Amino acid sequence: MSRWAAVGPVMIFAVVALAFGFALRLDPHKLPSMLIDKPPPRFSLPPVEGTSAPLDSSKLQGQVMLLNIYASWCPGCRLEHPTLMRIAREKVVPLYGLNWKDKPGQGGRWLRQYQNPYIAVGDDPSGRAGIEMGVTGVPETFVIDTAGRIRYRHAGPVTEEVWQEVFVPLLASLGVKS
Amino acid sequence: MTPHRKCLVLGILLSLLLPVAVAFAVTPDEMLSDPKLESRARVISQELRCVVCPNQSIDDSNAPLAKDLRVLIRDRLKAGDSNAQAIDFVVERYGNFVLLKPPFQLNTLLLWLAPALLAIIVLFQLMRFLRRQQSLPASEGFDSVEAESRDELSADETKRLREILEKGPTS
Repeated sequence: MSRWAAVGPVMIFAVVALAFGFALRLDPHKLPSMLIDKPPPRFSLPPVEGTSAPLDSSKLQGQVMLLNIYASWCPGCRLEHPTLMRIAREKVVPLYGLNWKDKPGQGGRWLRQYQNPYIAVGDDPSGRAGIEMGVTGVPETFVIDTAGRIRYRHAGPVTEEVWQEVFVPLLASLGVKS
Repeated sequence: MTPHRKCLVLGILLSLLLPVAVAFAVTPDEMLSDPKLESRARVISQELRCVVCPNQSIDDSNAPLAKDLRVLIRDRLKAGDSNAQAIDFVVERYGNFVLLKPPFQLNTLLLWLAPALLAIIVLFQLMRFLRRQQSLPASEGFDSVEAESRDELSADETKRLREILEKGPTS
C-alpha cells in the first residue's frame, strides 16, 4: 500500500503526460477523407467562365491525375498556384480543377489574372459538389489513380516543399515519374 | 430619476438579454416554412460538428460551410429524409468526426466504457482499503488514539528538547 502511494501518482502522471504529448502531435484539422480508395462522387459541373471544358466526375479516371479545389477568396490557393502552373507546364500529371463557392465571375477572373493550370475546371458556386467530396476548406488536392479511385487528399496549399515531400513519393508509388 | 435616465437603465438591462437571443447562427432566410421540419432541422444541426470550427455545432457556427450544411440538411428533410438519413448523408461525406455524440461501436468502446471501468476500479480499491482497515488491530487503525499518541514526544525527548531550547544545540 505504501509503495503504491509513492509510485502511483508518478505512474499516473507519466501515463497522462505521454497521452498529452502524443495528442499534441495530432492536428485536429487533418481529417481523414471518407473517399480514400473510393471513386469520386457523381457530379457534373459547367465550365468556369472563360474556360471551355466542363468537369464531369465520370471523366476522372483512366490515368493518375490530380483534382484541385480552389477559390478566388482563398490565400492558400494563391500560394500554391505557381506549383500548379509548373505541374501543368511540365505535364507531370493531368490537373483538374473545381472552383468552390465563388461569386459569379470571380473564379474565371482569377484564372485570367494568374493563368489557368487546369485541363478542365468546374464551377461549383453552391459548394454542393465540394460537400460531396467532403471538402472542409480550400485549397484541397485529391490524387486519383488509374482505376479512378481517390488515393489521397491533401488539405492545404501544395507548395514546392509539399510537392517534393508528399506528392513525388506518392505519385512514384502509383507509377508516375515526376 | 428622470424619465430619460429610466429609459437608459431599461435599455442597458434589456441589452443584457441580447446574447441569449442570438446564441444560434441560423438566419431567417434559411429557415423552413414548415415549423415541424424546421424544428427537426434544428435538432439535427445541433448534433453535427462544424468541420471548420470543430468545437461548435453547425447550428452555432457562423462559418459559410456550416451554413451550407444547415441548408443541405433542410433540403434533405424537404426531400423526405428521416433525421437518421439526413445525418447519415453528412457522415458518409465527412465521417463520424462530425457527430458531436460519437456512436457506440468497436473503436469507441474504450471511450464509452472508460468512465464505468474507472468507477469499478475505484470502488474495488475502496472496498479493499476498508476491509484492511477493519482487519487491522486497533492500534494501527486510522482513527485510534494510540496512533496519534505515537506522534507525541516521549518523556525523554521532551527533556532533550527543553535542554536544546535553553542552551542551544551543543552536541
